[in-house]
Amino acid sequence: MTTTTATTTTTRAPIADGAITEYVTTMIGGQLFGMPISRVQDVFMPERLTRVPLSSSDVAGVLNLRGRIVTAIDMRSRLGLPKNEDGKPPMAVGVDLRGESYGLLIDSIGEVLKLADESREVNPVNLDPRMAKMADGVHRLDGQLMVVLDVDRILEISPEKLAA
Amino acid sequence: MDDLLREFLTETNESLDTVDNQLVRFEQDPNNAKILDNIFRLVHTIKGTCGFLGLPRLEALAHAAETLMGKFRDGMPVTGEAVTLILTTIDRIKEILGQLEATEVEPEGVDEDLIDELHHMVEKGMESMTESAPPIAPEAPVAAEPAPLVVPTLERELRPGEVSLEELERAFQETAIEVALPVVAAAPVAPAPVAEKPAAPKPVVKKTAVEVDHPEGADKVANQSIRVNVDTLEHLMTMVSELVLTRNQLLEISRRHEDTEFKVPLQRLSTVTAELQDGVMKTRMQPIGNAWQKLPRIVRDLAGELGKQIELEMHGADTELDRQVLDLIKDPLTHMVRNSADHGLETPAERAENGKPEQGTIRLSAYHEGGHILICIADNGRGLNTERIKAKAISNGLATEADIEKMSEAQIHKFIFAPGFSTAAAVTSVSGRGVGMDVVRTNIDQIGGTIDIKSVAGEGSSVTIKIPLTLAIVSALIVEAGGDRFAIPQLAVVELVRARANSEHRIERIKDTPVLRLRNKLLPLMHLKKLLQIDDGSSADPENGFIVVTQVGSQTFGIVVDGVFHTEEIVVKPMSTKLRHIGMFSGNTILGDGAVIMIVDPNGIAQELGALASSAHEIADENAAMRAMNAEQLTSLLVFRAGSAQPKAVPLGLVTRLEEVTVDKVELSNGRYMVQYRDQLMPLVQMEGVTVRTSGTQPILVFADDGRSMGLVVDEIVDIVEERLHIEVASGREGILGSAVIKGLATEVIDVGHFLPMAFADWFSRKEMRVSSTAQSVLLVDDSAFFRNMLSPVLKAAGYKVRVATNAQEGLTFLRSGQEVDVILTDIEMPDMNGFEFAETIRADQRLSHTPIIALSAMISPAAIERGRLAGFHDYVAKFDRPGLIAALKEQTTDVRHAA
Repeated sequence: MTTTTATTTTTRAPIADGAITEYVTTMIGGQLFGMPISRVQDVFMPERLTRVPLSSSDVAGVLNLRGRIVTAIDMRSRLGLPKNEDGKPPMAVGVDLRGESYGLLIDSIGEVLKLADESREVNPVNLDPRMAKMADGVHRLDGQLMVVLDVDRILEISPEKLAA
Repeated sequence: MDDLLREFLTETNESLDTVDNQLVRFEQDPNNAKILDNIFRLVHTIKGTCGFLGLPRLEALAHAAETLMGKFRDGMPVTGEAVTLILTTIDRIKEILGQLEATEVEPEGVDEDLIDELHHMVEKGMESMTESAPPIAPEAPVAAEPAPLVVPTLERELRPGEVSLEELERAFQETAIEVALPVVAAAPVAPAPVAEKPAAPKPVVKKTAVEVDHPEGADKVANQSIRVNVDTLEHLMTMVSELVLTRNQLLEISRRHEDTEFKVPLQRLSTVTAELQDGVMKTRMQPIGNAWQKLPRIVRDLAGELGKQIELEMHGADTELDRQVLDLIKDPLTHMVRNSADHGLETPAERAENGKPEQGTIRLSAYHEGGHILICIADNGRGLNTERIKAKAISNGLATEADIEKMSEAQIHKFIFAPGFSTAAAVTSVSGRGVGMDVVRTNIDQIGGTIDIKSVAGEGSSVTIKIPLTLAIVSALIVEAGGDRFAIPQLAVVELVRARANSEHRIERIKDTPVLRLRNKLLPLMHLKKLLQIDDGSSADPENGFIVVTQVGSQTFGIVVDGVFHTEEIVVKPMSTKLRHIGMFSGNTILGDGAVIMIVDPNGIAQELGALASSAHEIADENAAMRAMNAEQLTSLLVFRAGSAQPKAVPLGLVTRLEEVTVDKVELSNGRYMVQYRDQLMPLVQMEGVTVRTSGTQPILVFADDGRSMGLVVDEIVDIVEERLHIEVASGREGILGSAVIKGLATEVIDVGHFLPMAFADWFSRKEMRVSSTAQSVLLVDDSAFFRNMLSPVLKAAGYKVRVATNAQEGLTFLRSGQEVDVILTDIEMPDMNGFEFAETIRADQRLSHTPIIALSAMISPAAIERGRLAGFHDYVAKFDRPGLIAALKEQTTDVRHAA
């Protein structure tokens, strides 16, 4: 699936002086993540999730969102984080990819941050490889780090993985 | 835009597409007066309408083209050059129309170049005509020399009041020659008898009455149908889908409140909705031929451009599918046909070198199969270049060399669907226009379809697209398994059986394999929750359950579910691309209560059952590569013990029944054991070392054929297993075909053919199978050693000389080596080149095209038979249907004898 690499470069804000990207911030497994707001359609509470047998463990299931069938992606599993144990219902960030709707399951949603592209740093080399695959750099905020997520790469659930 | 103008544009565009097509056909068949008439009429109508609307440029062009075509009708020889000129003119007309559509005015410009050329062509044609038929004295207009003229014949008796074709032709020629140029002017002088004729003999009347602008018949047809804007239909469909969902919600509510007064009106609403839905669906169905219309022209132009000889075959053009689906596959189809012409087929020189006919063939076929439409684009060209794809995949970074080493050919071929992948070394003007197979795949993905490619080096390649019949609505049974609900399409469901421990219907087990005895047949069972791996272990009641008896092709099996709710009309929505690899599901849907549920694909389950490995073109393409590796078919085997500790096996399909008889029923008569079985004496046959028990019950395997039954005495029935039957060690012992590893144990596979004559000596020979003195020869192609071994003796016993080939390639080599074969018998499911492709290849080979081919398959469904017929099979026989096979062989070989 190499199409995505092409689209990634276009969706990424231009690396020009003073360019600013807005991020929707989310908490997943105690870590702060950010997704470019341009890729986020909506945020919703996933209801009546239907699990899909034989699917990849990253696919949490399918659900009906205003008459559309949305595929829910378990972000904890996708990022290699432990399962949510506190029993709180997850939230979902709605994104579109090639005409299909996806809901990324997260623990909670945060504020929208405007951050300068200049201050974004490359992934630390020792970042967990599963996370590194989907991370598009790191922003240092006050007291915590925000990992920038690349939506296209999140949805790059490869056939090898699916077949497993 | 002016309504009149819009109407004109729609109509003209359609007409022009038809003209394109007709012209290509006409070029191949210049003597077909009917085609010429069609073209003439279409162009003429365009000309007339243009004049009416005040479009002088179009009118002049159409007029000039019409003049040239008029000359064809007068017998001017049809040259490729002339047809190209007319096609160019039509392209110009289209161009003008395009601008007309955009700007609503006819664009500025002159077409003198084309018009002059057209006139020039007319004059040239006239000269050659007068040269070839010189002695036409001007004072004798009734030409006595109609040599170069088209002489059409009417292939039926004349009806009362009709005039014979010759007469009309003569009348036409007379008028035409009187006024040498321009021909159209001659037409109004239509001879009197013709003007009175009704429209019945179309070619005739149209020919002479061309100037009559609106033939009465055409008006009547026009009044029967109206044009509806596509958006209107689209909107209607969306509304109907919504209506269905709302109706479902209402039904859901009414189910919860038992006796409400809503029941009756709701029923009514339900019926009306169903009918409405049906009607709307019908308005959206269109024959796939509509999407193919442009192809003959494209192929013709390509052939010219590339210097190749290409024949385009189209089968199943009347297969109907949803308009929306049709629109989406139009471009992919065109692209793939281009690909085949450009990359697939070789130049005539190359073909001749490889011993192939110079003309290459592109074959398009479409047919229905189980709620899907399969479209196949095949060519008999050089096949995909695996090495080049490998190199390209590595250079594009799609895979590493190490990865590629591990891949099968089929997996490597899949790379052509990767974005930006083109292996054409030289980018010609034809392909390499930036539309790749990835675009094709994206389009197909969008409509929930799958695409698969197969290629055999040197023999050609074929692309199969499987798309849902409609993106719309099907009736489904809603069931529960493992706590979740699933939908099973009603189309595949035969009946529902409630199994209980103490009733007639209970789930039995042969070791771990659950079966149901249903009307004296053993039905294999599959637990849905086990298939889907959602077994929560809660209600593990082995003997109870609801069984959905399902049929796919010729295969019947039972799906065990925990509960059955109701049937519901569901709106099928394609699955996300992230889920489409799961063969068990064909889509998902939103139920009346708003929940999303998965739709179970019976084909997927049948595949799991192993019986339908044939569907190389059926499943999602993600696992196609995996499947290719397991292309060898799984066979259900009955494992038993008899005589020795070593397990023995026999294909379950050959066994009619398993029985346990109490030993007191076994009688010894005339030195042989017999058992009374269904009011008949059934002989028992013992394998070496098996003794009939003296107490308790005796297990036997019953084989029946043509009204006779025979029982094989065994010690113990062990299991039913699904295995790839691969006989590794052939056996010298009678009654044993050889040994195979089954479930990790060396197992002897028995030769049923050896035991049958032991019960009835004439088992094989009694059916009027005289050995003819000039024995017919049969080529048997099957990749499974088991079937080759099983069938060869049967065929030999029936008096045929048997040649065997282990795959299609070997069969082709044998056939091309010049050996005479009277009939070819081939398996369908074979690796590399399947039976359909094999048959198509044979059909394409002129030397072999007359040899009858019989397909031998485990999968017998009307769709498969239809597919087989298209591929060129003469007959289609089930694998275990011995009498059917012999009958088919006899029929085909006698035909040959008659023909000889």
